[in-house]
Amino acid sequence: MTAPLLEVRNLNKSFGPVQVLRAVDFAANAGEVTALVGDNGAGKSTLVKCIGGIYPIDSGEVFFEGRHVTVHGPRDAAALGIEIVYQDLALCDNLDIVQNMFLGRERKRGVLLDEGSMEQLAARTLAGLSVRTVKSVRQHVSSLSGGQRQTVAIAKAVLWNSKLVILDEPTAALGVAQTAQVLELVRRLADNGLAVVIISHNMNDVFAVADRIAAMYLGQVAALVPATEVTHQQVVELITAGRSGNLGIADSSLEMIEAEVVGDLALPDHSTDQSRVDIKKTGVDE
Amino acid sequence: MTAAVTTRADAMPAPAPSLRSQVREYGQRLRGGDMGSLPAIAGLVVLCGVFSALDPAFATPRNFANLFGQGAQITVIAMGLVFVLLLGEIDLSAGYTSGVCAAVLAVLLTDKGWPWYLAVLAALVTGTAIGSVLGTLVAKVGIPSFVVTLAAFLAFQGVLLIMISGGKNISITDPTILALVNKNLPVWLGWTLYLVTVVGYAALQLYRARSRTRQGLVAQPMSVILAKIAGLAVLLGLATAALNQERSINTLITSLKGVPIVVPIIAVLLIFWTFVLGRTAFGRHLYAVGGNTEAARRAGIAVDRIKISAFMICSTMAAVGGILAASRANSVDPNTGGSNVLLYAVGAAVIGGTSLFGGKGRVIDAVLGGAVVAVIDNGMGLLGVTSGTKYVVTGGVLLLAAGVDALSRRRAAASGL
Repeated sequence: MTAPLLEVRNLNKSFGPVQVLRAVDFAANAGEVTALVGDNGAGKSTLVKCIGGIYPIDSGEVFFEGRHVTVHGPRDAAALGIEIVYQDLALCDNLDIVQNMFLGRERKRGVLLDEGSMEQLAARTLAGLSVRTVKSVRQHVSSLSGGQRQTVAIAKAVLWNSKLVILDEPTAALGVAQTAQVLELVRRLADNGLAVVIISHNMNDVFAVADRIAAMYLGQVAALVPATEVTHQQVVELITAGRSGNLGIADSSLEMIEAEVVGDLALPDHSTDQSRVDIKKTGVDE
Repeated sequence: MTAAVTTRADAMPAPAPSLRSQVREYGQRLRGGDMGSLPAIAGLVVLCGVFSALDPAFATPRNFANLFGQGAQITVIAMGLVFVLLLGEIDLSAGYTSGVCAAVLAVLLTDKGWPWYLAVLAALVTGTAIGSVLGTLVAKVGIPSFVVTLAAFLAFQGVLLIMISGGKNISITDPTILALVNKNLPVWLGWTLYLVTVVGYAALQLYRARSRTRQGLVAQPMSVILAKIAGLAVLLGLATAALNQERSINTLITSLKGVPIVVPIIAVLLIFWTFVLGRTAFGRHLYAVGGNTEAARRAGIAVDRIKISAFMICSTMAAVGGILAASRANSVDPNTGGSNVLLYAVGAAVIGGTSLFGGKGRVIDAVLGGAVVAVIDNGMGLLGVTSGTKYVVTGGVLLLAAGVDALSRRRAAASGL
């Protein structure tokens, strides 16, 4: 197996005295959906925002396509090919689909906007994702349903030849049919060769779509495992207790963990054996 | 995940629009609460009908020509206000900004003897500078625009008094400045400009439709385009013909005919700003910031810069309005740009269909709304009603317009349009 597209090693992040992320290791592979699960406040959104350059990281390393990168802002992330679709979508209701998809990155001919080519590309992108639920790409976003908005937000993210798309709870506010529709789209992104990270609270969604599951517990990644190797029950235990059987954060004493943490970065792609999956050995000091 | 979510019907390409389907779509939009310019146009038609019925002097070429001079200042200031209103902000100082800029013009022309073009440039630069200060205070310091511009409203009233040293009025004698509102184009030039406008509009519409068809995109049906062109040609033709009629009371003393010079000035401003809002990235970003500031910020748009430029445009347009007001009054006094000018201008923008909540509005709104305000002012003046009644009626119309805006918003939210 090749190196993961995105690899985060030993990432730490504090807001003042509160340490939100503790020596987080995380990876996402091209062509796979990686689900990021965890309870409220476990650090999922913070991790995503660190990757996306919204928050600066305190320490740790980020590798993208095998290269060590430093992301200073959303622009840097976008330049690398990382796009984040936020929970609150960030679409302008008073603009149409094309205008939203190209917002801030309009195509121009001289000083004029090149509406024709933008409309063509937007339509092609939606067609490439097999989206047929929107009537016209010139519809105002205010007239779209929740699922359609999510679709537009995702299409906006993939429009830019992005390599990694991160979705923050894309199905949180959706009905059953619309959820299915969005999950199908998520699957298709990965099948098209993108690395997809999806944050979700819904176990059914996670098992429906994910290849790998990363469970976060109190600012640490408790486990990053193939979805086929864990049960529903195990993931719930990882989320609520940080530990399930031999998976998750070890119970050993703090000093021992501190001593062995440096450099001991087990990554999920190194091997498939269960012991390597048992990745987090950082301080359990809560 | 294998859920099949699309059906055959969804996959079919949209049928090419016909005249019928376009009319039907427009009807749906109206019912959904997207009224556009309709209330302003309907209001204009009703008001003109009522005033013509009540007073035969209303529907004469003479009075028609007067309307432009009366509405010019308000309309131009309203055009600038549209930019600020699009962001969901307000500029209460635009009226006195126009007064201060008019005073700059008058002082430089009359007291310092500057040539008119330098004085005009100085007035415009003063407006831009005022706008950049207001915009910076709003965008960078974070003071609400209501407060910043209220303070400016009070302060500029004083600046105006100081500049024209305590209440004299400075008369303007420069023939070029006076001609702006008080003189007319020769008849032939009026018709030439008419032809240029109609042919230009037709060429643009046809070119756009052709290039969209070539790119394989859905274009407006030819019947709709032709109807639009014909409509414009007829309306402008009637107006030009009316303005080109002799309207002097005594033709022995003087001949008075032709399109007022202020008309092409307003037309050029309208076309230019419509182009900026609709066809440039700057315009797109302005709408985006007004619609969802956070989304605009995440899209990498420099929100502060957009806000400051909107205030700069607004104050510069106020300066243009001030120049027109000075031209019309032949002088600048402490009340230039004062009293009801600002409120009429805000009213004009809102009556035209610009939303006070931001994100929705066009430059043509200012022109249509300005026309409504000017017609009310003019018609009631002819009827000889008191100023008191005039204010009450104008206030009522503004309230009605704001009510239409709020209700159509609610309706739009309910219908998901």
